[in-house]
Amino acid sequence: MSSHYEAPIREPLVTGDKSYHDVSVEIAAPIEGRANKSWWIVFSIALVAFLWGLGCIIYTVSTGIGVWGLNKTIGWAWDITNFVWWVGIGHAGTLISAVLLLFRQKWRMAVNRSAEAMTIFAVVQAGLFPIIHMGRPWLAYWVLPIPNQFGSLWVNFNSPLLWDVFAISTYLSVSLVFWWTGLLPDFAMIRDRATKPFQKKIYTLLSFGWSGRVKDWQRFEEVSLVLAGLATPLVLSVHTIVSFDFATSVVPGWHSTIFPPYFVAGAIFSGFAMVQTLLLIMRKVVNLEDYITVLHIEYMNKVIILTGGIVSVAYITEFFIGWYSGSPYENYTYLSWGAATGPYWWAFWALITCNFIVPLSLWVKKLRRNIMWTFVVALIINTGMWFERFNIIVVDLSHGRTPSSWAMFSPTFVDIGVFIGTIGFFFVLFLLYARTFPVIAQAEVKTILKSSGEKYKKLRAEHGDEVSHVDSDPTAKEPASNIREDLTEQFDEENPEHEDTVNADAITLSEVQKERLDEMLSRVGVYDPKTQEAGDLTKLKAVGPLLQQRLHQVGLYTFDQVSKLEERDFELLNELIDRFPNAEKREDWVAQATKLKNK
Amino acid sequence: MASKLIHAIYSDDDLLMQAVKQIKGAHYHIAEVYTPFPVHGLDKAVGLAPTRIAITSFLYGLVGLTVAVLMMDFMMIQDWPQNIGGKPSFHFYENMPAFIPIMFELTVFFAAHLMVITFYMRSKLWPFKKPENPDIRTTDDHFMVEIDASNHNVDKMTKFLYDTGAAEIKLIENN
Repeated sequence: MSSHYEAPIREPLVTGDKSYHDVSVEIAAPIEGRANKSWWIVFSIALVAFLWGLGCIIYTVSTGIGVWGLNKTIGWAWDITNFVWWVGIGHAGTLISAVLLLFRQKWRMAVNRSAEAMTIFAVVQAGLFPIIHMGRPWLAYWVLPIPNQFGSLWVNFNSPLLWDVFAISTYLSVSLVFWWTGLLPDFAMIRDRATKPFQKKIYTLLSFGWSGRVKDWQRFEEVSLVLAGLATPLVLSVHTIVSFDFATSVVPGWHSTIFPPYFVAGAIFSGFAMVQTLLLIMRKVVNLEDYITVLHIEYMNKVIILTGGIVSVAYITEFFIGWYSGSPYENYTYLSWGAATGPYWWAFWALITCNFIVPLSLWVKKLRRNIMWTFVVALIINTGMWFERFNIIVVDLSHGRTPSSWAMFSPTFVDIGVFIGTIGFFFVLFLLYARTFPVIAQAEVKTILKSSGEKYKKLRAEHGDEVSHVDSDPTAKEPASNIREDLTEQFDEENPEHEDTVNADAITLSEVQKERLDEMLSRVGVYDPKTQEAGDLTKLKAVGPLLQQRLHQVGLYTFDQVSKLEERDFELLNELIDRFPNAEKREDWVAQATKLKNK
Repeated sequence: MASKLIHAIYSDDDLLMQAVKQIKGAHYHIAEVYTPFPVHGLDKAVGLAPTRIAITSFLYGLVGLTVAVLMMDFMMIQDWPQNIGGKPSFHFYENMPAFIPIMFELTVFFAAHLMVITFYMRSKLWPFKKPENPDIRTTDDHFMVEIDASNHNVDKMTKFLYDTGAAEIKLIENN
């Protein structure tokens, strides 16, 4: 059907021969499976960091802000640096799911779910700082305009810190419903696949009874579109309002009209760097390389180039205006000669190196398609963007208008501990998410499968654009028989080329497997009953009489043969033989057989 | 609900689109279509009216804007018209630049949340709602058309649906 046409110049977004069912299976796999060891290790580390941070927070609140490294001159340092950093990280998620939806970018489909999760979790971290950096956080509810017994004493709506309250809470809540609404069809898919009653119950609860009616989908798409249209100005406004914390002040270096767009660009810049960091690991860990391809990584790197460029232009502008203004105070701002050569020179140069120079390497196509390099650059950008906020806040405050109040800042272990705690908390949430949520929006990926899937692009390349995309054999699949095609293919009984010591006909399922079996036997040697004597295979670990019989069926009789088996042979045996022991149980058959054959 | 329904299951979205057009052409009544993902153009093919949910969102946004303006005007200008840092508090418009961020945020807040709530109510989605898709494969890779079969010859219909490429055809009787 021509409606699935896509320019052949575009690379496939879903690689491998995927059917709709394959998409479901692969996305549900991490949820249905069990967490592996490395997951538990990383989770434990994150949990420890989180608990440590929690301890630091409790210590701060119960003892006083004085346990931080702040002083009378520098009243904001790590707290607000981390706040702005986390808010910034959150922005890429909304950008991917909202802005790219408005621009109809199909590549967003594989990354939007995780990017949105990242947004939510990052904003949760950010939301901690406005509370814990208060001197009296138990009175935090006073920021809300609630009628009260003080003659109804209201809040002051002139303050950007109050705008922050509205901006962050709107941002978090709207992102949350946007994310959740998108999750309903995917939870429904998990629900309908679930076999354990508890899992079924949970996903029934989470999926809100989603049934996938045509009317539901019509509304769903409209709601997504309108939410994207609302979230796009929201994401711009939120970081704008965060930048107002500085831009509306009279502090030299803060008072700057360039801040709103520059902060937003920086937020997208750092946010995409964080998405890269997370997805590069996730695609590997949960085997989703077919969905999050190198192409996705390259596209995100291109966004990083663009926003990094905008940020760099902003640096140059700030630097220029600092000089052009002729104001002597501007010479100590975070982007000035004073900053480049002053006591915080290392922070200045860290910013220039990490955000300006290193990302330039992504202009080279080879490097931006290189996964390892992307990962390194992403980490560097995250560091650099932390320094950007640190410089804006601390460097500008440290050298204000009155030289008698110039001061330096150095963090205490509590400052650092709280920051580490939020990183830990972020990863605790993200790791739990990766094991319980469908990390890719499967319903969306399925809509682009026919236009951007490798299988269908090949089909069009070979048979022309008017080729039908209809699955040629629709009746083959029964509810329970969703098995790979090559396994269900029937075995040809009249194939003459087969070893007579092999009685594998009863257990091989396809021609392919038979060929693989023959290939294996030609490698390990064929057993000849006239000249050879069969070994007692039950001496091998985990082999009983029944398994020995099965091994005989596939033509394995001697220890010599077993000692020559390779990894792919074990895979084949695993496919052929029912309840074939796994690698742990059979331990090292090859070594055991080598020892036994020499006896 | 119709007393007799036919469930025709398709395994491909292109096939489904084609079949829906044929079923409409044959003047059978499509009661419902269940799909695992949004099939673009299906709502038009089935003949659904466009949704008005975007309009509600616009109205909710206006409500949000009104709430923001009334709230800040009352609190900052009417109730406690104080001098905070020299900001003019004699009329709303004098200090309006400082109110714009919150006016904007509340507009978005109301527009987004009330629209989503409307969507959940209209589509009958909530945490303890029981799923209603008759075949669980319709959230994975199958597509089901539910057709009203009362007052029709079931055999003839079955033959017709088979010709449209249905992989499975089931007769459902509600008594």
